[in-house]
Amino acid sequence: MTGYLEGVFVLLAINIILAYGAFLPMAAGQLNLGVAGFVAMGAYIAAYLSNEYAWTPLAAALAASIATAAIAFVVAFPILRTRGIYLALATFALGQVVQATILNLNVVGGASGYPVSTFLGGGMVGAVALAVVIVVIALFHTRLGISLTAVSDDEIAADMMGLSVRWLQTVAFTLGSAVAALGGALYAHHFSFVEAQNFGIMASLYIVLYVLLGGTQTVWGPILGAAVFTLLPELLRGSASWRYVIFACLIIAVMVFRPQGVVTTGMLRRLLDVCRPRALPQGGK
Amino acid sequence: MFGQQVVNGLMLGSVYALVAVAFTFTIGILNFLNFSIPGIFMVTGMATWAMLKAGVALPIVVVLGLALGAALSFLVERFIFRASTHSDHYVPLVGSMAFLILFENLVLIRWGSDLQRLELPFADTSMRIAGLVIGIPQVIGLLLAVGAVWALAAIMRRTRLGRGLRTIAENPETATLLGVRVGRVVPTVFIIGGVFTALAGLLFAVNYQQVSPFMGEEVALKGISAMVIGGMGNIWGAILGGLVIGVVETAAITWFGARAVDIGVYGLLLLILFFRPTGLLGGHAGERA
Repeated sequence: MTGYLEGVFVLLAINIILAYGAFLPMAAGQLNLGVAGFVAMGAYIAAYLSNEYAWTPLAAALAASIATAAIAFVVAFPILRTRGIYLALATFALGQVVQATILNLNVVGGASGYPVSTFLGGGMVGAVALAVVIVVIALFHTRLGISLTAVSDDEIAADMMGLSVRWLQTVAFTLGSAVAALGGALYAHHFSFVEAQNFGIMASLYIVLYVLLGGTQTVWGPILGAAVFTLLPELLRGSASWRYVIFACLIIAVMVFRPQGVVTTGMLRRLLDVCRPRALPQGGK
Repeated sequence: MFGQQVVNGLMLGSVYALVAVAFTFTIGILNFLNFSIPGIFMVTGMATWAMLKAGVALPIVVVLGLALGAALSFLVERFIFRASTHSDHYVPLVGSMAFLILFENLVLIRWGSDLQRLELPFADTSMRIAGLVIGIPQVIGLLLAVGAVWALAAIMRRTRLGRGLRTIAENPETATLLGVRVGRVVPTVFIIGGVFTALAGLLFAVNYQQVSPFMGEEVALKGISAMVIGGMGNIWGAILGGLVIGVVETAAITWFGARAVDIGVYGLLLLILFFRPTGLLGGHAGERA
């Protein structure tokens, strides 16, 4: 594989992981506008473990993911007390606070960035991304995943069916943060440098937007969104700014014409019906 | 020294206050968090610089700047808000974020990412009161901010348009039943929001004599903190919140250094959301304006 293709491949793998980090809370009906803050936590914790304690990249990434999950679990309690616009604002504020805090932490380089001493190859990044995809897909075939879908479809109905909505949302938020942190840790070890300036509100917006572009009703949406976001500029060959202009226009078009995202449950069902004409009648998931 | 800090903070705060009014007005009436506002703020700031550099007279720059803000905001209404009235609650929010990205990158393509400086003949005029240095353009800015909000409050209280808006804030469907032409009135919310945002952009460009394509995310987003501190939906609260954020920011720069500012501003937002989500003044534009 040429260096160029490998670069695109690694970005795609990381963007897919980040997409699932934003997707998990959204699948439980919550918009996390601070997702980049958790990515930054994962990146910096993993980088710190590699640099200061000579952990291997994968061990550091896993530890960073678990540590970020623990932090997310603790902040989930006050954060998830808020809803709707307040929740969007609270996660936004949290992301800003995390970024600003890292910028002031001189132990990890503050505003001048933080070099990472160990390197993780593209193959390994791809393998972890594949593992994340498989785990999330499997998750949505378990009782937990189905409950999450129920919560996002109708919170009140889910509550009346005996599901603990608050608990499910806490779990989704925590798992999403862990996945986002894992993506950040892989990013840090592959590109060997992290800069807190890159993990601000705009990064959160991009991640949330490409997930919504793909659609949050199914586990396939985030992959499509991440793929479009990563591959679009490579196909267009324009400057970085044009890529974002076209991306923004795409989002606006999708929100106007197909606000539920490109991949929806109904679409998957129709596709399956076409492929297997005598499959089970509709009504199942 | 302390007095000077407060003065500087209030001047900075008047910019945040105007942005916060735009945020809070849209939320109060339409329950819509409009993320394109920082983008409109930045575009008007950059346009102010470009027009002044091209030799356009300041009064014309002001008029064109305000018109630009109103037009861009109207565009957001047409493409995002109108189209997504019956969608999930996050759809308009997300669409407005796309407009923020669109505006920022179009400006980057046109003018590049450099910080641009404005040359203004009157920018350094100032007066001294009891040992405090007070910039005249900044005083004008603060007065403008308060005056604009006072005018908005009067519109809300006394006019037919204001009554319509207050009814929509209560319940859009009831408003329709009562004969309010919702399709006509809603765009005015965006136009008013756009004008306030543009005013903030102009004021920032003239007062601080520098603009950049990133001033939206760096400056105007703090208007969100100001809005929440004052109480979402409350336009006088937005003024109060803006001034509080301005003073907090100036104090944080003095005591903890420039890089600690965002921890203070957004930490305060987080604490308010946790412990007093209704803000200092609470209420809703429909009830209190």
